[in-house]
Amino acid sequence: MTSFLLLSTIVLGVSLGLGLVRVFKGPSIEDRMMSVQLLGTSGVGMLLLSAPLLDISSNVDVALVLALLAAVSVAALTVRERVAGQDHE
Amino acid sequence: METLAWILLDTMLVTALLALGWGSLASKDLRRGVVLFIGFGLLLALVWVRLRAPDIALAEAAIGAGLTGALMLSALRDEPGTSSEAAGDASVRSTPVSASLLLTLLSAGLAIVLGAAFICALDRTDPASLAEEVFANLGVSGVSNPVTGVLLNFRAYDTLLELAVLTAAVLGILSLGPARSGYQASGPMLSGLTGWLVPVILVVSGYLLWVGAKAPGGAFQAGALLAAAGVLLRLAGHPSGGLPRELALRGLMVVGVAVFLIIGLTLMLVGRGFLDYPVAWAGSLILAIESAATLGIAATLIVAFLCGDPGQRPENHETADSGVPLAKCENNRRNTPR
Amino acid sequence: MPGKTMNEFLSAALIVSGLAFFIAGGVGLLRLPDVYSRLHALTKADNLGLGLLVFGLLLSTDDAFVAVKLVLIWVLVLASSAASTYLIAQRARRRERGVWKP
Repeated sequence: MTSFLLLSTIVLGVSLGLGLVRVFKGPSIEDRMMSVQLLGTSGVGMLLLSAPLLDISSNVDVALVLALLAAVSVAALTVRERVAGQDHE
Repeated sequence: METLAWILLDTMLVTALLALGWGSLASKDLRRGVVLFIGFGLLLALVWVRLRAPDIALAEAAIGAGLTGALMLSALRDEPGTSSEAAGDASVRSTPVSASLLLTLLSAGLAIVLGAAFICALDRTDPASLAEEVFANLGVSGVSNPVTGVLLNFRAYDTLLELAVLTAAVLGILSLGPARSGYQASGPMLSGLTGWLVPVILVVSGYLLWVGAKAPGGAFQAGALLAAAGVLLRLAGHPSGGLPRELALRGLMVVGVAVFLIIGLTLMLVGRGFLDYPVAWAGSLILAIESAATLGIAATLIVAFLCGDPGQRPENHETADSGVPLAKCENNRRNTPR
Repeated sequence: MPGKTMNEFLSAALIVSGLAFFIAGGVGLLRLPDVYSRLHALTKADNLGLGLLVFGLLLSTDDAFVAVKLVLIWVLVLASSAASTYLIAQRARRRERGVWKP
């Protein structure tokens, strides 16, 4: 089972790599931000696989924290400032 | 075959880490750099897990994924050029040649020192380690997670001083003046997200605080997560990010250090040393200190995101003489010519 | 396979299909022509990829608390990515990012 989990983690690492390419390439900031989302979800997947792989059950907690906070940076990028009548970003 | 797979995984992680780190530093467009830095934080959390350090991974996930990204993106709000709808993005000013040269020399020196230290560490056959000491005494520390035992019992002085440093930092931030103008009231999507996400974050933060006694977790991780909830509230339009005003805010700032000190001094008064917990009470005292510290850390980080005092009104704030550039954090778009 | 129970086999199959969706999402992110279509690729990885992965891991874990956490993580990722993708698309719309014309 260990080697299967290890190989699965590597495959998720490939998915991470694909997202990484888009983070560097993506012409607009939205492309980069959504690639970071893919990095985050792949990261969550890798962490969940690593819990039985490394036999550390608290890796699931790390995955939980990552899952919770993925949306915060997206919100930080997309909200608009409140400046007397105008919309700034 | 399996070691090969591990080597492959490690190589992938390291390459990605270096690529993201380099990319975020070398990026001319600051926003791009910040987004790459958020990715860097995510990957760093994975690396910590690979290095079998889940406590640090928890803290890195909470801070790197949530807080620093939001903080830096919020700091970029004022950059000239980003406020327009055009494609012009914030860009970095070029550094002078002398500074670049000096920095290169310093970095090279640091790299040589670290490399030498690494090679020396490889040679040591019998690494002196305090780990045996910690595990030998863990039974009387009141907790079963060695990290929490070290932080809150064996090296409690250090943690007390760290909390004091955080308090000093937040005093500095409060003295910058009123908090920045907030964000627009959020649309239905963000309000909906915040409506259920903040309570879940609160629950998970409490869970991390509680579980810190026997598993990776503890005050700092819980506090950072709680701060992320405050940041989310602030981004969704809440003016003070969930923080109370005036007296209650001042109380939150100092509660971590205060509870630590009170417990320490009380223990002195009953005849034991400063912060020398009696074994039967150690667990409960540690939990009390950690709870206070969580609140204090969360309040500090939220104030850092607010970049000022949420209680002060910007209109009443005494501005400096016009012509003197005010601190970046203040809402000075009206006052300072750019 | 000798020694493998039905459970392990099923769990492995689910994990592998989850991985397939992750790779599909990554490839889609790279190959699709504009921001909006790439968002669609992203959600496949989030929903199905992570979901199948979680269900595969559910079958191989003994601890009930861990099982609850696994499902919670998946639901959280689902819901927050729903909001995140909407916010990203909204911003792209505001900045008038191009829509790909075939």
